[in-house]
Amino acid sequence: MVGLTKKKERIDQLAASSATAVVDPTDVESSGGSILADAWRRLRVSPVFWIGAVIISVFVLIAIFADVIAPHDPGELLLRSQTRLARNQLAPPQPGFPLGGDQLGRDLFSRLVIGSRQTLLVGVFATLIGFTGGLILGTLAGAFGGKVDTVVMRLVDVLLSIPSLLLAISIAALFANPSQTSVIIAVSVVQIPVFARLLRGQMLAQRESDHVLAARALGVKRAPIVFRHMLPNSLSPVIVQATLVVAISIIDAAALSFLGLGSQSVKVPEWGQMLGEAQQKIDSYPHLAFWPAGCIIVVALGFTLLGESLREALDPKNRR
Amino acid sequence: MLRYIVRRLIQLVVVMFVLSLLLFLWLRSLPGGPDSAICGERCTPDQRVAMRHALGMDQPIWVQYFKYMGRVFTGNFGYSSGVEPGTPAIEVFLHRLPATIELTIGALIFAIVLGIPLGYFAARRKGGIFDNLGIISSLVGIAIPVFFLAYLLKFVFAVKLGWLPDSGRQSTDLAQPATRVTGFFVLDGLITREWDASWDAFRHLILPSIALGTIPFAVIFRITRSSVIDVQNEDYVRTAEAKGLTTQVIRRRHILRNAMLPVVTVTGLQVGALLAGAVLTETVFAYPGLGQATAIAFQLRDFAVLQVLVLASAATYTLVNLVVDLSYALIDPRIRTR
Repeated sequence: MVGLTKKKERIDQLAASSATAVVDPTDVESSGGSILADAWRRLRVSPVFWIGAVIISVFVLIAIFADVIAPHDPGELLLRSQTRLARNQLAPPQPGFPLGGDQLGRDLFSRLVIGSRQTLLVGVFATLIGFTGGLILGTLAGAFGGKVDTVVMRLVDVLLSIPSLLLAISIAALFANPSQTSVIIAVSVVQIPVFARLLRGQMLAQRESDHVLAARALGVKRAPIVFRHMLPNSLSPVIVQATLVVAISIIDAAALSFLGLGSQSVKVPEWGQMLGEAQQKIDSYPHLAFWPAGCIIVVALGFTLLGESLREALDPKNRR
Repeated sequence: MLRYIVRRLIQLVVVMFVLSLLLFLWLRSLPGGPDSAICGERCTPDQRVAMRHALGMDQPIWVQYFKYMGRVFTGNFGYSSGVEPGTPAIEVFLHRLPATIELTIGALIFAIVLGIPLGYFAARRKGGIFDNLGIISSLVGIAIPVFFLAYLLKFVFAVKLGWLPDSGRQSTDLAQPATRVTGFFVLDGLITREWDASWDAFRHLILPSIALGTIPFAVIFRITRSSVIDVQNEDYVRTAEAKGLTTQVIRRRHILRNAMLPVVTVTGLQVGALLAGAVLTETVFAYPGLGQATAIAFQLRDFAVLQVLVLASAATYTLVNLVVDLSYALIDPRIRTR
């Protein structure tokens, strides 16, 4: 019996060594190009990637050229004369006003177009702040290990122990006057522990890897090892996560607006705010809620699709 | 195994301790803190000083912290000022708790009963129409804001079609008022044999459960699908086929069992999403649970209730994660022996 177990172990070892030989990095090299080129080859044929990319491009273009596209000032009560809330009357769609007016008589279409900017700002800035914060904490924990790692990770654990939206609400409540900035901060802080944990896990795996060991054996100092060897090799799952976080941030920001913790500005339209306002009257004018909600869903879907296709493309399991 | 449990419990205590410290600092830095909240807007500086003294806010910060911790340990969080004025915060929490547990269970049942079988069938016919439909609906499920979905369901099924009640936990026009035993309305009706009351409570749960359960459903569906796809290509499945086991046995014992591991983890993690989603769902459906209390407490700056809620949801979330880790051992004997 003992002999048999020994034999099994040897077979396992052999299998393991041959397995590593097969997925040797040189294999990727021989199939032509770097990890990125390899990923791009798989992305190029993925319909999921293209749908996501097209949605995001259209959305970004609209946000950039919003001033040109929007026919009217989103804050002006142009259709006020046609709006009678007491009689459940809103301005109907008409020439120049493709979607009609909202509950105050402002042009709904212009508000949607200009509103794309705020949504893009929230998504991008919240992700950038969360990403940077997580990068700093995760690098600290992953690079130094030991006590630094323990302290950082306990803090991360505490932040992760509060359900994300509740944490965002708690942070947003710290601001006396809720604004777009407070929403961005609230939504981004929630993402810091997520990024930190993800990056730290990757860095720890890198610490033990052969190329880091080789660099250390060659006498390379800690900083170059961390920044040139460990960090670049740990980033791809973090980048995937960042894409998904844009979508999460946009949805979370909408939720904050809905709870009355979002921007209170009457001048600058924002989809979450529009949705929140429309919901009080959803029985009478459902379309006021459906338009901004539809925009949020499509954009969030776009970023989710992009993130998912990136994840597939960068997954080493799919590499051939 | 026992050492592992003990270590995890100590970790839990550390996390809760740090959390209480953060919570204390957070409560102190909220705008319009307790002094101005109680004192009101027309508070003269003299009155404010008196109020701060009465609340112990003029003492050194560490004294305040120890006093605060003392109150936390004795469960004395003070009185609610906004949600249910005059009631001790802990009581507000306790008597709203069953409502949220009932809703959370409903949402989880919706997510699991739909997510696991659908994910399994999608994986078996990978690339088929069914698979693609499932993937699309789960992607939309993640992208749709919870509160909007809640409104949509309410608008279609309660307002337009009138099939289900649009708000609350119980109809006000019941033939006779329902007897309360446990605070779980569906269960109460079953215990006291007031079938109507139980059925009525159940009908009130359907729409909120679907709204709240959609994100967990999407996540569970996807993880089940990808896990089953991974497992069904494993060597041991091929071995089982080769040795002539029936398809049924292979599916049940070899594929489904092994595929369930990641599903359990992810389901556990969804509890966090449920606790947060409850804030939105309960607000939309005017469902008198902890989520609604959270939203109201924030709007009315009811700090006593808020700290109980935040502390409780963090504790629940951490505990659930512990239970999930331990339940691994139940499903996977390989971990048990380690």
